[in-house]
Amino acid sequence: MLIRNYRGILGTKLGMTQVWDANNRVVPVTVIKAGPNVVTQVKTPDSDGYSAVQLGYGEIDPRKINKPARGHFATSAATPRRHLVELRTADAVKYSPGQELTTEVFSAGVVVDVTGTSKGKGFAGVMKRHGFKGLGAGHGVERKHRSPGSVGGCATPGRVFKGLRMAGRMGHVRTTTPGLIVHAVDAERGYLLVKGAVPGPDGGLVFVRSAAKRPAPEDFAPIVATTAGEEVSA
Amino acid sequence: MHTLDSLDAESLRTDVPEFWPGDTLKVHVRVVEGNRQRIQVFQGAVIRRQGGGIRETFTVRKVSFGVGVERTFPTHSPIVSKIEIVTRGDVRRAKLYYLRQLRGKAAKIKEKRDPIAR
Repeated sequence: MLIRNYRGILGTKLGMTQVWDANNRVVPVTVIKAGPNVVTQVKTPDSDGYSAVQLGYGEIDPRKINKPARGHFATSAATPRRHLVELRTADAVKYSPGQELTTEVFSAGVVVDVTGTSKGKGFAGVMKRHGFKGLGAGHGVERKHRSPGSVGGCATPGRVFKGLRMAGRMGHVRTTTPGLIVHAVDAERGYLLVKGAVPGPDGGLVFVRSAAKRPAPEDFAPIVATTAGEEVSA
Repeated sequence: MHTLDSLDAESLRTDVPEFWPGDTLKVHVRVVEGNRQRIQVFQGAVIRRQGGGIRETFTVRKVSFGVGVERTFPTHSPIVSKIEIVTRGDVRRAKLYYLRQLRGKAAKIKEKRDPIAR
C-alpha cells in the first residue's frame, strides 16, 4: 500500500456561517476549532511495521486517565488528552513526540477530507435511510406510501436475502466528507474555515486531513512548533 | 450570544442605515465589467427584510419601463457600496408582497409624516 504524505489535525466543529470571498460572493463555511494537537506517538516501519503519527486533542481530567493510558502519555511527555487519532503518513519520522500542531498545518486553498460522527437520526424508514422511492401517492395505494414494497419472492428463494436494505437505525456512524476546500485559516483563534458542510453536530469531534484523492502537497514538512514539555501528573 | 458571533462580526458592516419595509432606497451597487468597476444605483421600495445577522437580506422593488424588477441584496454584502434612504414609507405590513399586484397610483406607498417617531 502506497502511503503518501498527509497532514491532519483534530478539532471541534463549532458550526456553520458565511463569509465573503475576494469576488464578494458568499461562501458557506464550517468553522472548526482545531488544535492545539500534540504528537503522542510516532510509528515507524522499524518499530511498528508502518508509518504513522498519533495525535492527541482535548482537555481531560487527569483523574480519568487510567494507568496504561497515563504511561502512554508519559512516553511522549505530553499531558493527557481526551481524544487520540492516528494519521497514516509517509513522513512520520519528521514528527517528534510531544510536538504541538496548530491550524497552521493547513493553509487556505488546501483540499481536505473531514471525518466525523454523523448526527443520529434514530429509527428511520427506507425512504430516508436508503433513498427508496416509496410507493405511489394515488392509484389505490392505501397507507403504504413510504413502505419498501416487496422484500423477496415466495417459494423462490423462500427467504429474504442477507443484507437487504430495510428500515433501521440511521446516522451516528463515522462519516467522511471528501474534497472540501479550506477557505481560510485563523491561526489567532485556531479556526479552520472549511467550505461546505462537515459531518456531525456542532461541538462534535472532527478530524481534518489532506484529501486522499487529491495530489499530495509538495512542500510537506511538519510544522515544528513548541514541544509540550509539561510534566505528566502523577 | 452565539459561538460564531465574533467571527461574523468581522464581516458585518457598520454603515448600514436603519431602514424598514416601505422605505425607498437608493442602493449603490458595485458592478464589475471585466477589470473595470463602476457604481450602479438601484432605486426602489424595500418590500422585505429577511434573516438575521450576517445572513440578513433585503429586497428592493422598482418598476422599470412598466416591468416590475426586484433585487435581493445581502444587507452586509461588500457589493453594496452605499445605501441611501430617499423616503420613509408608512406601511402596516412587514412584507409588502401586495405591491406586486398593484399598478400605478395604487402601488404608491404613503410617506411617513414623522420619520423620527418609529
